[in-house]
Amino acid sequence: MDLLYDTLFNGLAIGSVLVLAALGLAVVFGLMGVINMAHGELMMLGAYTTFVVQNLFKNGPLQGIFPLYILVAIPLAFLVSGLAGLLLEKTVIRRLYGRPLETLLATWGVSLILQQFVRSVSSAFVIGLLVAVALGLVAPRLLPRPWGQRRWAPVLGVATWVIAGLVGIALASGLGGVRVLDQPWFSARNIDVTAPVWLRGSVDLGAVNMPTARLFIIALTALALVAVHWFLQKSVWGIRIRAVTQNRSMSDCLGIPTETVDALTFLVGSGLAGVAGVAVTLLGSVGPNLGGNYIVDCFMVVVLGGVGKLLGTVVAALGIGVLSYVIGSGSLLLVWPAMPAGLNELITFFATTSMAKVLVFALVVVFLQFRPAGLFPQKGRMVEA
Amino acid sequence: MTSHSYPPQDEAGHLLSVRGLNVYYGESHILRNVDLSIAPGQMACLIGLNGVGKTTLLKSIIGLVPQRSGRIDLAGSACGGLPPHRRARAGIGYVPQGREIIPQLTVRENLLLGLEALPGGMARHRHIDPLVFELFPVLETFLARRGGDLSGGQQQQLAIARALLGKPRLLLLDEPTEGIQPSVVLDIQRAVARIIRETGISVLLVEHHASFVRQADWYYAMQKGGIVASGSTADLSKEMIQRFLSV
Repeated sequence: MDLLYDTLFNGLAIGSVLVLAALGLAVVFGLMGVINMAHGELMMLGAYTTFVVQNLFKNGPLQGIFPLYILVAIPLAFLVSGLAGLLLEKTVIRRLYGRPLETLLATWGVSLILQQFVRSVSSAFVIGLLVAVALGLVAPRLLPRPWGQRRWAPVLGVATWVIAGLVGIALASGLGGVRVLDQPWFSARNIDVTAPVWLRGSVDLGAVNMPTARLFIIALTALALVAVHWFLQKSVWGIRIRAVTQNRSMSDCLGIPTETVDALTFLVGSGLAGVAGVAVTLLGSVGPNLGGNYIVDCFMVVVLGGVGKLLGTVVAALGIGVLSYVIGSGSLLLVWPAMPAGLNELITFFATTSMAKVLVFALVVVFLQFRPAGLFPQKGRMVEA
Repeated sequence: MTSHSYPPQDEAGHLLSVRGLNVYYGESHILRNVDLSIAPGQMACLIGLNGVGKTTLLKSIIGLVPQRSGRIDLAGSACGGLPPHRRARAGIGYVPQGREIIPQLTVRENLLLGLEALPGGMARHRHIDPLVFELFPVLETFLARRGGDLSGGQQQQLAIARALLGKPRLLLLDEPTEGIQPSVVLDIQRAVARIIRETGISVLLVEHHASFVRQADWYYAMQKGGIVASGSTADLSKEMIQRFLSV
């Protein structure tokens, strides 16, 4: 019985991180159909936001309320990742709707850019970047209006951005001479977030010893699920989002500004990735490559659950969590010590985290052969429409 | 055959005015110099065989299909360059062929979407006008049911009710009786007559049922992407009906 509780709790703990990580993707990929390979990097931005908030609380006037930094980090991470996602949607993804392969490639490129961004970002870099973006946005408005209507207007637009970029690079290089501004914000190595004291212990429930951080993640996941469910099912924007994702052109004809809805949906999905990033910092050190560890699992969860179904995402994530733990920890050997030697060897072979992942992935692929639409496929008379 | 002009002759009196409209799908010329106008409170009907461009004309009026040239004015304001949601907010309600209700949303949520065309949208308006339940009582009983689970006739009623809730000045109805059982067809015909009587909105209808066509004040007959005849539906001869309404 103890073993059952232990397995269930640990599976739930692994699964809840997966739910949180996949929840944003369930919105972006499940509802909008956008294959966002940079989703993991949006999580990473959330993790780095937590790191920055933690450092702000470590010194100065906020030192007294250091244990509460995590509660500030959650909404801030949502905001930072959400705004990064919004920028991504407005600049890249908007131009690629309905073209999944191009979206996949472009967002993969963005994921690499974001990884490198956190490795090399410094104050000089940020100032250069902000100046370049501001110049790129403002300069076309300063040009004589008739120029914008000429045949060579698109070339002029590109040239403006190229010049703005060059100015930004020159500025960043110039400011690089100032040591304070040239200092990288983060090192290329992993960063560690110190969990507040109240999240460091564990709760002893007799049969199972539950780490408080894991319990916090489970609670955060539950809260995020309730919030997303309420937002999508009850709020005005939720109804709009569901309408646009099911029938874009008709929603447009009803008076719904579909582009605004797209942007908001992406912001929410990306923001949720940021919240997942906060949770991940409680599990260990994080680095620029954090996203790569989660992106495949996230897609696996959303596809297994049934694209467009939040309940499917939850069941799939928890199922994968429990299965990964049962296989990876070799718990089956403890349950059935007298199993045949061949089976024993097979279970021992898969009893590592990475090999368990391989087996779970293979099982999901086999499952999808029989139920291609996942655990909870969309139903209804007009699903094909 | 009657001339193309329809009273009131002056431009200011038209609710909808389409002039020299040309629409292409790729290189295919679908609508050719279409001229059409509808007065306030008038019901006009587009007739023509399958594939002549009736649905495309409705889609270009709501903005789903871009026009290559021509002009579309609603109450004197040009709306040809606006996206569909701006046209809906300007007062064009659209009931497409095939209904296109949102399948996973409940009937109530589908109806609420109709309020999006009003200033402030759903955020400001949450009241569903009881008129739609008077017109289509079945919707009130199925408010919590998913739109995709309704029958074809019920979905059609939902689509019309949804468009009405946006209080449009012009309602575009694309084959509202297609594939629907006869009893519901009659319900829809009666409902449309009552809508015009009680709300004073204009209707542009695409229809194949002769009895529904005769309910309109005016007809526009289409052939090969252009308007080839128009006139009062009272003057529609059997020969015309045979020529333009056979599927």
